[in-house]
Amino acid sequence: MRLFAPAEIPCQQVVEMISDYLEGALPARDRRRLEHHLAGCPHCSAYLAQMRETLRLTGRLVPEDLSPEMQGEFSDVYRRWRSEQ
Amino acid sequence: MRVLGGRVSIQHLCARSMSIHAPRIRWSRGRTKPADEDLQLLMRLRDGDERAFVMLVNKHHDPMLRLARTFVHSHAVAEEVVQETWVGVLRGIDRFEGRSSLRTWLLAILVNRARSAGVREARSVAASDSEGFVAAVDASRFDSTGAWSSPPEQWVDDLEERMGARALRDQILEALVQMPERQRAVVMLRDVDGLRSDEVCHVLELTAANERVLLHRGRSRLRQALEDRIGVAGV
Repeated sequence: MRLFAPAEIPCQQVVEMISDYLEGALPARDRRRLEHHLAGCPHCSAYLAQMRETLRLTGRLVPEDLSPEMQGEFSDVYRRWRSEQ
Repeated sequence: MRVLGGRVSIQHLCARSMSIHAPRIRWSRGRTKPADEDLQLLMRLRDGDERAFVMLVNKHHDPMLRLARTFVHSHAVAEEVVQETWVGVLRGIDRFEGRSSLRTWLLAILVNRARSAGVREARSVAASDSEGFVAAVDASRFDSTGAWSSPPEQWVDDLEERMGARALRDQILEALVQMPERQRAVVMLRDVDGLRSDEVCHVLELTAANERVLLHRGRSRLRQALEDRIGVAGV
């Protein structure tokens, strides 16, 4: 029944929806259409995998620890605040 | 790793005194929840525990400095904004009611400081949106029906083995530096610092829709940067 078949999304539009998809921010209807497309499109599935890998690598960036010198400087900030109490 | 970092100098705030060697904190996923750790440190701080303050600074300094850098061009000014924020946090510590996470509260104070200090007018979201629509993938890679004509290659599975962790990290950092400031702020907070979307919106005073647009653009740039790197390497 074509009237109720999900409308095809072109690949070019899929890549614009991927981030929202990963954020769980797509409306249910769009999410179903996207997943329907992904199920039949290895290229967009590869794109999704690349985006997931990109996020995984980005999430591995971690802040550098503060040096002991900087810790000492912030201790001074604290002591100054305490002295004002 | 330091993304945009540097060393803080606060001689103008106070004279140097002996340094305290508090234990360094690594972000430890899977152990005590960060928010719980923060609340414990906050309670110790309210009780006058100086080490708790240093531990809080240790934990949050880098994200704060990176966020400050999205509002001011000068690294020194960004450091001042961070320092002023900590002073403000200490003075207002009894006003923290725990309705948001401590981290969200800290970053929101920092954004207000960066703006109200007048060191530089924060770029509005409209400004970063003014670059217009930027495609996640260049239109030349699709045919007239919108289907891939130059599809992405399969490089996820053995990317790290082929490229090396350091090269990948450097490529991501370079792409972050090249991003428009608002995009970078959103990606940093959401994907590096791990704030929830609603927390990012709160800190940067963005609507949910704007946050998602900026996040989408930033992530698309990062993915493209990795793909470009692989192309250059001829892998």
